[in-house]
Amino acid sequence: MKNYRADLHIHTILSPCGDLSMSPVNIISEAARKQIDIIGITDHNSTGQCSLVRKLGRDKGIFVLQGAEVTTKEEVHCLAFFENTDALKYFQEYLDANLPDMQNDPLIFGDQVVVDEDENIIYTEERLLSNATGISLEKLQSFVYENNGIFIPAHIDRMKNSIYSQLGFLPENLKADALEVSRRSSPGRFSLIHPEISSFPLITNSDSHFPDYIGSVFNTLCLKEASFGEIKMALAGIDGRRIISPC
Amino acid sequence: MKITDIVEALDLKVVSGHGGLMNDVTGGYVSDMLSDVIGNAGEGSVWITLQTHHNILAVASLKDISAIIIVKGGIPEEETAKKSNEENIPLLSTDKDTFTIAGQLYDLIKKE
Repeated sequence: MKNYRADLHIHTILSPCGDLSMSPVNIISEAARKQIDIIGITDHNSTGQCSLVRKLGRDKGIFVLQGAEVTTKEEVHCLAFFENTDALKYFQEYLDANLPDMQNDPLIFGDQVVVDEDENIIYTEERLLSNATGISLEKLQSFVYENNGIFIPAHIDRMKNSIYSQLGFLPENLKADALEVSRRSSPGRFSLIHPEISSFPLITNSDSHFPDYIGSVFNTLCLKEASFGEIKMALAGIDGRRIISPC
Repeated sequence: MKITDIVEALDLKVVSGHGGLMNDVTGGYVSDMLSDVIGNAGEGSVWITLQTHHNILAVASLKDISAIIIVKGGIPEEETAKKSNEENIPLLSTDKDTFTIAGQLYDLIKKE
């Protein structure tokens, strides 16, 4: 068993709010510089940039969890990750079918582009990615677990786009691999106000939109190796795999 | 004024919670953020929202809301309707949007 440093909430250049410096190449080199071993790629309602980040990460020994930050119908942000290319593709189709057909205005919201290894733009997403999808929180939760994914409601401490802001409190039938507390608070601090969150594994991530923020907070995970299955086990605390500390 | 008067005047569909149709109405509240409703809605209010998640019933029960109007033809989740029956808090549905139905409810309550 070995300790791995994991920051599981990072936006790329594809998110309208992601800085143009958040190219896959820059994200991986910044994560390497900060000695982060595992990163999660979570653009708003799209997985379009995941495969390149994963490929570049592999070359540098950084494991990349592939997923998205979904905006549910209730405007709650949730991280969803999937293990293989097929599940990720199916997830992308699900997102595409449920994203409203509203055009992005890059001057207001920012550019939404996919770039290649040489930072050439290879695709521009025309639909505004930060909109709420038509997927309810419950439907998203079911979809993720039917496809053996990892489900993490994001920044639950924030009074914007969180379970608490949108739905008042944790739904009684909520199932999640972990709850994320933002870098503005901490799992320890937020559970003083909301002790009920302690019944879930708690993590913290950078929610980076700029390279500087990558690894500004992270979780130390005890794993046999960096893999999807091992990370899921660590969140659940199975067979010695565990979250040692959010930092 | 009772919920049943509002149902009739505003042509609302009663989805569930029929046991609460004689609840008294003292006012109204409009919000889609449940944390805001918890903080600010008054007892006996009719709450207008587009949320359909089952947490709306828990919030309504906590704040002694007299009924919930779901706008734009929203269909509540099964669990939401079940809780509405248990709590006797009617779930009412309309195809109108929030602005329109809130205006009509305001006029109705003001007239009284």
